[in-house]
Amino acid sequence: MDFLVFQYPMITIQACLDGLLLGILFALIAYGMALQWGVMNIINIAQGDLVILGGYIAYFMYLYGIHPAWGVIVSPIIMYFVGIAIYKLVINKVVDRDLFISILATFGISILFMQLMNFAFGADVVLANSGYGTTMLFDNNVVLPNSKIFSAFISIVFAICLVVYMKRSKLGRAIRATAQNARAAKILGVDTEKVYAATFGINAALCGVAGALISITFTIHPYMGLPYTIRSFMIVIVAGLGNLPGVAMSGMGLGIFEEFADYILGTEFRIGSVFLLLVLILVYRRFKLSRKREYLK
Amino acid sequence: MNRNSWILYIGILVFGLVAPFIFPAFKVQLSILCVLIVLATTWNIQGGEMGYNTFGNILFYGLGMYLCASVQVGMFFPLAEWTESGGEKTFVHTPSQFFQGMAAGLVVAAVVPTIVAGLIGYAILGLRGHYFAICTLGLGVAAGEISGGIEIIGAGQGFTTPPFPNIGGLEARGEFFYFLSFGALVLTFIAVRAIYTTRFRLILNAIRDNEDKAEAMGIETMKYKITGWMISAFFCGLAGGIMGGLVGYIDSTDVAFDGREMGVFMVLMAILGGKGTLWGPIIGATLFHFFKEGFWTFFLGWQYVALGVLIVVIVIYFPEGLMGWLREKYPERFGEVIDEADRKAQVELK
Repeated sequence: MDFLVFQYPMITIQACLDGLLLGILFALIAYGMALQWGVMNIINIAQGDLVILGGYIAYFMYLYGIHPAWGVIVSPIIMYFVGIAIYKLVINKVVDRDLFISILATFGISILFMQLMNFAFGADVVLANSGYGTTMLFDNNVVLPNSKIFSAFISIVFAICLVVYMKRSKLGRAIRATAQNARAAKILGVDTEKVYAATFGINAALCGVAGALISITFTIHPYMGLPYTIRSFMIVIVAGLGNLPGVAMSGMGLGIFEEFADYILGTEFRIGSVFLLLVLILVYRRFKLSRKREYLK
Repeated sequence: MNRNSWILYIGILVFGLVAPFIFPAFKVQLSILCVLIVLATTWNIQGGEMGYNTFGNILFYGLGMYLCASVQVGMFFPLAEWTESGGEKTFVHTPSQFFQGMAAGLVVAAVVPTIVAGLIGYAILGLRGHYFAICTLGLGVAAGEISGGIEIIGAGQGFTTPPFPNIGGLEARGEFFYFLSFGALVLTFIAVRAIYTTRFRLILNAIRDNEDKAEAMGIETMKYKITGWMISAFFCGLAGGIMGGLVGYIDSTDVAFDGREMGVFMVLMAILGGKGTLWGPIIGATLFHFFKEGFWTFFLGWQYVALGVLIVVIVIYFPEGLMGWLREKYPERFGEVIDEADRKAQVELK
């Protein structure tokens, strides 16, 4: 398969298009991560597990005969309340503390969710069939499932809605103010506790949308969460906090990288290459910054 | 060292030596406990003393595990055929071959991870705080995923380590691995205790408290960080090699590079006992092992749920650990002098 990528351009086009559509989904998850990281200063290892949980909600709607595309509406609503519950139980105790505490605590939540989902839904790889068919391009050489196009479209719609909401609404303004300076926001009458809860809820809802889309487009499995966390972390550190176009671009870049890694190295190294890329990016940035005697903060 | 602590050390040593004969049914559990203590103590060099919270020590543990088993097989038989389809049925190690292989394997398992730590240390240890934590997490998982794709070490189907030769049966096997892991524990303890009495520990603590200032004071922090990581890697590799033989079967993501279990366990054990102390990780590991075995026995099937809850509870409510709590309660015992007037002033302020 290795050399075909270069000799046969259609595979390259296929991988690029697949990667682009996949990357838009990654960017949506990463946007949620950037939001909570920027506002609450926590890194949520359970991000990927929230995505998978959102996916199972859509999958169950499919099992009960409802078209899984409605999951895009239902899943974020349920996930919003799941997010608020997690915030009230655990996250509000780690917000002001060391980042490592939040990493470990959410790691615990991640293990908990993984196992609960394994009990509740079984350890099978599942997918919700949307029945959208496929689109053929370039004389039937490039095959694009319509579900992927649908999911990319929905992701963009949700991202735009969220950006507008953050800019225009009162809560959005409060969230942005808290991100800039939590203490000053508190003095000026912003209920930061509520803002944090809402932020985590919105993040969980975004994960719910992404999960529903993933269950339509790809497959879901209780143990597949961690790679999504790592991907979104990677996208955020490449793009930087609060840089939305950057998040979208690096998300798509990561998607394309993954598709090519899949073709060239083989599927068994796909996840491994994602994790290795994270290490390489961090090390590259570390060396770049150390020339100026700085380090990643 | 005063007389009391000598008595304590000799008491523990004697207990360790006779333990497998007093509790013959728990030999395997005791061996695992020794390995866990080694892992927690070495994690503490990074996480506790140096302030570099790593999830990546699992890399050296898994590397040691694979290397030890590979050397043990590869010295006498073709490795590829062994892992291809149950080579342990075709090729049988004679007792002398088994022990020679184990000895050579453990040396390789300890030395190679040390070299690896030295090589990647300069790149990885330049990261700080949570970037370091996530980077090492990525490193551990990447190692697991990649080793799961390599054919010669068994790929996805796993790698059976050479079975214990047919002398003395299960009893002898249990005793052999117990004394091996207890030896590793004693070695680790002596080494760690020795380096904790030197300037090296003070430098590590300076890095934890303020790395920029430590650098400004003229300490080459990178050199000390790498040395600390190499020491950890040495003992982690050794522990991994022993654990591989003890478990008898190596799987890339479930046994060797098990970031989801062992990688988090070592962090938890050190935090539970109290990081930044010599005895904290040892006490933490012992307590944790009891907890864990209790979960595994009484909540069979729900153990990971219990584990997740345990992690959250420990991290949120006991971030200072047992030793930290004791230190808060009885500061005099830890050699801290507290001015009574100062304490009263503090109470009034509250």
